[in-house]
Amino acid sequence: MIPAKFEYIKASSVSEALDLLAKHGDDAQLLAGGHSLVPAMKLRLNQPGAVIDIGKIEELKNISEDDNHLVIGAGCTHEQVATSSLVKENAKALAQAASSIGDLQVRNMGTIGGSLAHADPAADYPAVILATGAKIVVEGSSGKRAIDAADFFQGIFTTALEGNEMITEVHVPKAENGVYLKFSQPASRFAVVGCAAIKNANGVSVGLTGVTDTAYRASAVEEAYNGDSKAASEHAVDGVEVMGDHFASAEYRSHLAKVFTERALNALT
Amino acid sequence: MSNYIGKSVKRREDDRFITGKGTYTDDISLPGMTHLAFVRSPYAHAKIKSINTKAATSHPGVVAVFTGEDCGNFGVPCGWQVNFKNGDTMKEPPHPLLAVGKARHVGENVAAVIAETLQDARDAAELVEVDYEELPAVTDANAAIQAGAPLVHDDIPNNTVFDFEIGNPKPDVDAAIDSSSHVTKLNFRNQRLAPNAIEPRSYIADYDVTVDKYTLYTSTQNPHLIRLLMCAFVLGLPEHKVRVISKDVGGGFGSKIYHYTEEALVTWASKEIGRPIKWTSDRSEAFLTDAHGRDYVTTAEMGFDKDGKITALRVHSEANLGAYLSTFSTACPTYLHGTLAQGCYTTPLINIDITATFTNTNPVDAYRGAGRPEMTYLIEHLMDTAALEMKKDAAELRKINFIPAFDGVNEPGYQTQVALQYDSGNYQATLDRALEMVDYDQFRKDQEASRKNGKLLGIGFSTYIEACGIAPSAVVGSLGARAGLYESAHVRVQPTGKVSVFTGSHSHGQGHETSYAQFVADKLGIPMEDVDIIHGDTNEVAFGMGTYGSRSLAVGGSAIIKSLDKIIEKGAKIAAHKLEAAEEDLEYGEGKWAVKGTDKSIAFGDVSLTAYVPHDYPEGLEPGLDFSSFYDPTNFTYPFGAHIAVVEVDKDTGKVDLKRFIACDDVGNVINPMIVDGQIHGGVAQGVGQALLEGVAYDENGQMISGSYMDYAMPRADDFPFFETDRKVTPCPHNPLGVKGAGEAGTIGSTPAVANAVMDAISHLGVKDIQMPLTPERVWRAMNT
Repeated sequence: MIPAKFEYIKASSVSEALDLLAKHGDDAQLLAGGHSLVPAMKLRLNQPGAVIDIGKIEELKNISEDDNHLVIGAGCTHEQVATSSLVKENAKALAQAASSIGDLQVRNMGTIGGSLAHADPAADYPAVILATGAKIVVEGSSGKRAIDAADFFQGIFTTALEGNEMITEVHVPKAENGVYLKFSQPASRFAVVGCAAIKNANGVSVGLTGVTDTAYRASAVEEAYNGDSKAASEHAVDGVEVMGDHFASAEYRSHLAKVFTERALNALT
Repeated sequence: MSNYIGKSVKRREDDRFITGKGTYTDDISLPGMTHLAFVRSPYAHAKIKSINTKAATSHPGVVAVFTGEDCGNFGVPCGWQVNFKNGDTMKEPPHPLLAVGKARHVGENVAAVIAETLQDARDAAELVEVDYEELPAVTDANAAIQAGAPLVHDDIPNNTVFDFEIGNPKPDVDAAIDSSSHVTKLNFRNQRLAPNAIEPRSYIADYDVTVDKYTLYTSTQNPHLIRLLMCAFVLGLPEHKVRVISKDVGGGFGSKIYHYTEEALVTWASKEIGRPIKWTSDRSEAFLTDAHGRDYVTTAEMGFDKDGKITALRVHSEANLGAYLSTFSTACPTYLHGTLAQGCYTTPLINIDITATFTNTNPVDAYRGAGRPEMTYLIEHLMDTAALEMKKDAAELRKINFIPAFDGVNEPGYQTQVALQYDSGNYQATLDRALEMVDYDQFRKDQEASRKNGKLLGIGFSTYIEACGIAPSAVVGSLGARAGLYESAHVRVQPTGKVSVFTGSHSHGQGHETSYAQFVADKLGIPMEDVDIIHGDTNEVAFGMGTYGSRSLAVGGSAIIKSLDKIIEKGAKIAAHKLEAAEEDLEYGEGKWAVKGTDKSIAFGDVSLTAYVPHDYPEGLEPGLDFSSFYDPTNFTYPFGAHIAVVEVDKDTGKVDLKRFIACDDVGNVINPMIVDGQIHGGVAQGVGQALLEGVAYDENGQMISGSYMDYAMPRADDFPFFETDRKVTPCPHNPLGVKGAGEAGTIGSTPAVANAVMDAISHLGVKDIQMPLTPERVWRAMNT
């Protein structure tokens, strides 16, 4: 597996990375943990002219908190997120999602920012990010902005990120309780269905991943939920065009979405 | 004296393997070496209208670009001829090194680009322009023989390689089935698997013009066989000027037995360009082109009388051999499959009917078990299904059908209805032990109780038999093998008493450097440290048939014993001379020849020194202590055992949780229990993988949709409980070590046990059968329709 030729540039700060991104334009790709980009390059499905390595930028690797939020640097590895006591205490579902990604080697390399920017329809984080109502903070040549999770994921491998922007932080509202449960694809261990259920003062919120071309907030479940998990979970795929593939047909995936929504809701109480 | 046999001596080779210091073919780099990249067909079936290599040839660093036109007359052969029922020779179309005229499966080599660096070769390979005209493809063995199916080879009607029948006359079997009081009938597919050795195939060819000699470094399980095939049947090279080296090889599971087109191509091309060439498969190429395993479509019926005694077995299968005949492909569904249909039961009438077909898929050949796992699944899945249908206990049903115990010495071997004669067996003993290990009575109580709580627990059995160490040569020759199936060994005692053993067996994970040294050291009564095991180089080892079919110890080990016997015999002559005693008064043990009833003795090292410094020496005796032997067994060996799986099925998702796996195997005598346990564990993991997870899938156009680890579900450690193993020992009566072989037992036995356990868990919900792999969706659908 040999990728096509490319230029490798290492950025040591966010501002340097943004300058490089502006300079190389669409020909450049950002490399964080490399767990999506590198395989695609090796298969020559992705042939960027320049690869800007942001994996060593220290300012992206912190996890902190304010009164209501966790502030997670985009460069934090899945293992950092999974094992952080701040995350485990205030965003349990996020820690569970992170710990369910790949294996230890993958979790030690892959980053939360890289995963969110890649927007794989079967990735684990988006379900939690949506259910918690997190914000994705991005910086680009036109400045810094915070994007609501609900606006961020736009389709298969498609986000609200502009070409000259990069994710710098994720702001996750603290929650009373939360859970992430997933039915893993047996080969890739990505989510066939992943369900995040979050409980806070305003009630219960639910995010689903793996079901359709992008993760979504299961509003119909949230509206229907009155303590009866089973009845509410019947609405898990309302209005959603469910995907089918080699491992799970649309019919089976719909069924799993309901099962895992019910299980996640039950796990909250 | 036995110091080492039966002890779990840690593997000597592991130090270098686990510290990353093994030398695999891809680790080797030769001066002036070039790199090769293949252009492979993106279509399952396509006419090649033209190939334009201009842009690739002029790419920087490119040394040469070859297409099928350049090496069109060379093709790799099949190693086993199976004739049609009417006596006609099987259809054996040419298998060119690079496709000529048509490409017949996705991944077939179409052009080869050789360059200074791998990067250059890969980049230039993308510049080769192939003008294809896509043709309709057929990927399924049953679809391939239907009228109007696309023809993989234009001149081979019905895509049929051969048809084959073994057993009793079909009318007799039909009559017995018709008059049975119960018939269990199953239609199923034994799905295609990818072998997935951890080291991808890798070849380096080096033609040396100064001496007109070739060296091929190759990740093969049988270097001499590769040399023989390549020299005699492919390239027409002088065998004495070709050296094949395969030292450290990272797993094979059968997939590295075969002589592949890439191997011959690099050898041929090395002379063409006058430089060494390396090609190493990447994982994507491995999925597409390493010979696959299994892929049968089967209808099987087993008849029973009112007491549950088996009356007859009738089977028809179509076996998918892919687009070309790989080296031993034709033996798998026939002599390694039909001949196992007796199982360990007294079935009086058996008829096995096989049609082998070409399809637009990668060639299929022997994969760990090779035909035997497919037959074992067939028989054992029929047994548990029949027990459920007849409302009989699956363990009891086996007991009333087992062949009674026989040791092959005092009681004769068991003559099956399908040609083979079993050597020795005690099938009941392994089942009894496995039932004890699982605490069967308690399990049935637990199962009943758990069902009331909505849990779906199940237990499944497999009491398998297999045939290893396939032999003797004359018999396999009469059945169509184009090679002998003996083994050679050369034992060289050095003047200082150190021992070099050159074996024709090949270790690619089996641990021969350890287990062989154990029995050699015991036989000679010397420390293991004084014994070195050498394999994998045609210049070092005189000849060899290699390692596959669990044959190494039973066949290769026996050849070593023959040489050791000759050494002890000659040593006795030297010892007698030195001790001034009669040869017949000597006995050998504990590393010395002693005069019986006296304290006079001479050590092994003193005799070996005398053999090489023959000053005071028996008259007329040649100096030296160095013997070669060939061992051609008189029969196969027949390991057997009982496997039991316990599963729980998630009724909401259909996911199967393997709770326990019990294996009581009988592989004859055991040299190194740890290595045998490792073989059983690894084999069980592979067998469970087939039952629950693995499967090569092609779409309707012949595109592989399981061509990476993102899409092909390999089993992982967390898919398993800790396996519970034990063993019984029924020695093989016809080889000197009494060993039967352990390499494939785990794979052969385990698959049906798991499938049967799932059926046991959910059959009360009206489920009749589920196709492998038993994926959550398949199980869920079965429970909900």
